[in-house]
Amino acid sequence: MTRLAPYRAGLKAGVGFGLAALLLGVSFGVLAEPLMGPVAPVVMSAVLFSGAAQFGSTAVLAAGGDAVTAIAAGTMLNARFLPMGVAAAPALRGSPLRRAVEGQAVVDASWALAVQHDGGFDRELLIGATIPQYPAWVAGTVIGVLGGGALGDPAALGLDALFPAFFLGLLAAELGRPRALAVALLGGAIALALTPVLPPGLPVLLASAASLIGLLGER
Amino acid sequence: MTEVWITIAGLTATTMALKAAGPLIVGGRELPERALAVIALLAPALLTALVLTGTFTEDGELTLDPRAAGLGCAAVAALMRAPLLAIVLVAAVGTAAVRAVT
Repeated sequence: MTRLAPYRAGLKAGVGFGLAALLLGVSFGVLAEPLMGPVAPVVMSAVLFSGAAQFGSTAVLAAGGDAVTAIAAGTMLNARFLPMGVAAAPALRGSPLRRAVEGQAVVDASWALAVQHDGGFDRELLIGATIPQYPAWVAGTVIGVLGGGALGDPAALGLDALFPAFFLGLLAAELGRPRALAVALLGGAIALALTPVLPPGLPVLLASAASLIGLLGER
Repeated sequence: MTEVWITIAGLTATTMALKAAGPLIVGGRELPERALAVIALLAPALLTALVLTGTFTEDGELTLDPRAAGLGCAAVAALMRAPLLAIVLVAAVGTAAVRAVT
């Protein structure tokens, strides 16, 4: 029990994230099943465990794109994990291999929770909060694959709004930080301005430049 | 179908590599003060970008559709400090409602 104690706060927050991830997983299963059949979406959720890449690459394949294009799109959508991993790195433990494995626990909700106000990082919050989300994401996909036919048209149910709303909920928890609102507005403006000229994913990565506002010294 | 499995394998490999890169390169070194100041503000920038591109883009182009209404409803729920699950549900209901009447 005592070994689990440091993870308790993360696990508790992770249950809330997990409920939302379950619903997102359902929407992914519903959207992917007609294209991929019943098995591939579940395997994808189990090994990839990344909503942005899964929705993005599935959209490319559904539009008739090939695997190389789908992989490129999904990879760019996940390019944000590079700076996110740098932020998490000093808090992770052990050998380089073990750090690389612990780094796999970086998913958006847990990572945003684990970044501290001073830029430090809480390893136990990250891992604890990711643990409930993984089974929820995979189980949601299974439910979506099996029940998709009964649900009807996913767009009519508004399922395509679940994904951005998930990030909106995470964002709301961040806006209390000093200067967070200014950074959010600038990052959003960068992403929208670059959307017509760059492939999906890159505008999100480049929006991270808005956080350079942090270099402007203490207020 | 082969394309699907190649996509799954390839994306899993690139995503694992992206997540491993930071921990492998930085290791246990402390980050400089200036880097921490930037990292503390990384989340609002990335999350806002994900919200807006997820709402206002379609096939790489800017667009305005019922998802915007759903996001508006979700924003109200977030302001009322609703739990994440409720925020997400409200977005779907709002989007579905606007789609049903347009």
